Amino acid sequence: MARLPASIPDLVARFGPHGQITPPGGWSASGEPDRLVKTHCCFCGQQCGIQLKVKNEKVIGFEPWEDFPFNRGKLCPKGVKRYLQNEHPDRLLTPLQRRDEAGFEPIAWNDALDRTAAEMKRIQSKYGPDAFAVLGGASFTNERAYLMGKFARVALGTANIDYNGRLCMVSAAAASKKILGIDRSANPWSDIPLADVILIAGANVAECAPITTDYLWRARERGAKIIVLDPRMTPIARTADLFIPVRPGGDIGVFNGMLHVMIERGWIDRDFVAAHTTGWEAVEATIRNYAPERAAKIAGVPASMIVRAAEMWGPAATSFLLHARGIEHHTKGVENCMAALNLVVATGRIGREGCGYAMITGQGNGQGGREQGQKCDQLPGARDIENPEHRRYIAGVWGVPEDSIPHKGLSAVPIVEAIHDGRIKGLLSFCFNPAVSLPDGNYVRAALEKLEFYAVGDFFLSETARYADIVFATALMEEDEGTTTNVEGRVIHHRRAVAPPGDAREDWRVMCDLADRLGAGEKFRFQSAAEIFEELRVASRGGVADYYGITWDRIDREFGVCWPCPSIGHPGTPRLYEGNTFGHADGRAHFQPVDWRPAAEEPDEEFPVILTTGRVVSQYLSGTQTRRIGSLVAQYPQPRCEMHPKLAATLGVADDDFVCVESRRGQIVVRATVVRTIRPDTVFVPYHWPHDRSANNCTVRAIDPVSNIPEYKICAVRVRKVDPPADALASLATEAGGVA
Amino acid sequence: MSELAFFIDYARCIGCKACVQACEECDTHRGQSMIHLETIRRADSVQTAPQVCMHCEDPICAQVCPADAIKKTPEGVVQSSLKPRCIGCSNCVLACPFGVPKYDAHIDQMMKCDMCYDRTSIGKKPMCATVCPSQALAFTTLEEIEQTRDGVPTNVWRFGGETVRTKVFVMLPRHAPGIHVDVVRRDGSMVSPGARGEDVAAMLEG
Repeated sequence: MARLPASIPDLVARFGPHGQITPPGGWSASGEPDRLVKTHCCFCGQQCGIQLKVKNEKVIGFEPWEDFPFNRGKLCPKGVKRYLQNEHPDRLLTPLQRRDEAGFEPIAWNDALDRTAAEMKRIQSKYGPDAFAVLGGASFTNERAYLMGKFARVALGTANIDYNGRLCMVSAAAASKKILGIDRSANPWSDIPLADVILIAGANVAECAPITTDYLWRARERGAKIIVLDPRMTPIARTADLFIPVRPGGDIGVFNGMLHVMIERGWIDRDFVAAHTTGWEAVEATIRNYAPERAAKIAGVPASMIVRAAEMWGPAATSFLLHARGIEHHTKGVENCMAALNLVVATGRIGREGCGYAMITGQGNGQGGREQGQKCDQLPGARDIENPEHRRYIAGVWGVPEDSIPHKGLSAVPIVEAIHDGRIKGLLSFCFNPAVSLPDGNYVRAALEKLEFYAVGDFFLSETARYADIVFATALMEEDEGTTTNVEGRVIHHRRAVAPPGDAREDWRVMCDLADRLGAGEKFRFQSAAEIFEELRVASRGGVADYYGITWDRIDREFGVCWPCPSIGHPGTPRLYEGNTFGHADGRAHFQPVDWRPAAEEPDEEFPVILTTGRVVSQYLSGTQTRRIGSLVAQYPQPRCEMHPKLAATLGVADDDFVCVESRRGQIVVRATVVRTIRPDTVFVPYHWPHDRSANNCTVRAIDPVSNIPEYKICAVRVRKVDPPADALASLATEAGGVA
Repeated sequence: MSELAFFIDYARCIGCKACVQACEECDTHRGQSMIHLETIRRADSVQTAPQVCMHCEDPICAQVCPADAIKKTPEGVVQSSLKPRCIGCSNCVLACPFGVPKYDAHIDQMMKCDMCYDRTSIGKKPMCATVCPSQALAFTTLEEIEQTRDGVPTNVWRFGGETVRTKVFVMLPRHAPGIHVDVVRRDGSMVSPGARGEDVAAMLEG
């Protein structure tokens, strides 16, 4: 049983989150550092270059890194304040074990590792090898992600390993693979300012990828038109040439409607389609049913907006598509992305300067985190775990029989469902906070309570780690070394600024130590992250995501190298599909016809309002890190329910009132923000907070059949005004889930 | 190469507060941010506007200072009040047409943005303009701005009948008239020209 070992307020008092505002040594201490360490921000897939100031072996501040070409010193508020984690009072300095009714107590590393390995063996021998699951994270470096996958398949021998990138990039990845053949943004960011028209679908760029805004504005300065699809008027939508306030889940109406107009007006590149694609006839047949008037009904916007979008996109000389979670977090997330990609391929505007497409990666190593084999269906090099040739190659690298490598396992949400159903009994997770980040939060927390044994590796005690039997105290990005792969597919180098505090240890050491105890030590004799990267290079060799020609030295000299990079002399590949050569075996792009279908849960009489969720600029994911940084907490202290004054009037709600947002699965009580910048049929609540402030208490546990991404962007709720909450959870600080 | 100058482009601002958070990290005033990020009218719009010290050619804050505590450097940077002279009267706070100086009761002194004199004097850009992810705040040359931006820079402000020239430029649309700020009418008609334009419900009505 893994019920919470103490009350939430008691756990918060001991382990936080507490908002740390003051840097080590205080504000008045000299900011003059002993050294500056050039590295990257740990938050979000942009992976901006940044310098950390180190004094007396503590990270005490930051300095912009203007030479790094991707961001040229630019940062968002999260990057500016990330340095406050190294000396944070909530840091876990030793491993912990749970003591029922008493919380957690320190335990020696050997004891923590011995007990975890013993429980792994016990559970697997009693219930079978797949009864112990592993969840990794896209905050891992490539080296850690690689080792996590190898650990699960070689040391633990479970099929059930997945990662929190399942909540982020998988719809975009699947769509990209189906149509273009490769799971990666097609173009470097330097192509964005060269486009004449930019279509931004479901991407709150200003808050979720702030430095990309400058690329957009540079395009606009030279005359580019910008089209934004979003149910809310975001900061970039405010000054876009065309803002389409699409109904959540209605995006296919816009994309297919645009394509309908483009076919009618002759804006399809028929020569390109004939020479370099397959499947156009099926798309054209489908699109006949999407005349603007019908498409507009699906999209929930005036037909004139769809026609205008087609008029901007269709005849342009150069163009760029950007999409993100807004169209991807759906049970039709893959289809949404494919409908958008059809617009790119139909115009032939890809694979050259100023022409192309990118998915905006959300998590720090969202790109690399999914290529190294911690995804339930992949092996290193973005290889397919069911492809016999791929299995043989990786078996050779690992020195194991091919048939010892487990086959495809469950993805993240089905793993939690299997825990709830009693099919999975044990769990090891790193940098994943499903108690806040997975949909249907009450169900997820009930599942965590059913585990027979749960071990967590993290640097702070997250809301999920509170359910653990053993907690390994691990290292921040700046306390380890390794590579990540940014939004452009650029492999970059995170340098170690300082050693982990106290007895905390790098995650990869924990994996090696556990592997040793499981009898697989000889496969995990790594003395450094650099050694892991050397094996990763070989493992990726010949795969789609080929890192073989990339070395840490090259990364440092060249400000990163874009994969595929198959040999040391290869320059890397910033732009894919040059010369109209696509990633499929036939070299062509494969159109995919897409028909609109409703969401898993549409609003009805009982739950008449659409809830959509997302981020704010000052918080990151489940907030394990950013809810501990006081100045970021102060910027947006608690989640608020955004609603249009028309909806507010029908509910009798005024700005700042408390409202209860309730779905069939759960509820939250938060303050209302009444604004004209959102559709009247939709409310928005950001998801970074826990407990009764967790938007995921309401979201629906429904996943895309192909990508298995949860449908965070639409569920049905009702909203009513309530009195200010005064219970114990509401009385906590806002960073811990209270209200102010 | 011509002199580096500070440019504000309000149309680019995304309200992220990277400037506010980074200003607080500057060595000369750590823990206290000198830049203001104004949310214009959140109920109607997501528009925001950053406000640094505009560094007036003839600074009104210095004119009204009874203690002669506010000085301008040879480069034209208007500095925070001199600690030995400042009497904390807040005349500057009231007089500044941009609302920039703030009286800090804790140290009994007026503090304000000095365009990162510690950084610019050694060839670095001001902190806010370095980190600004949308480059609504930019520190570059006039030539560079004219080549890369669609708008035109201006540093001439008319407040009622008074004209103020500033070291800091703001970007205006290419054919916009100059800046003229006057008293807002009681019916509020000058206040909210964009309010309906950003009402999503009105857009959906077509």
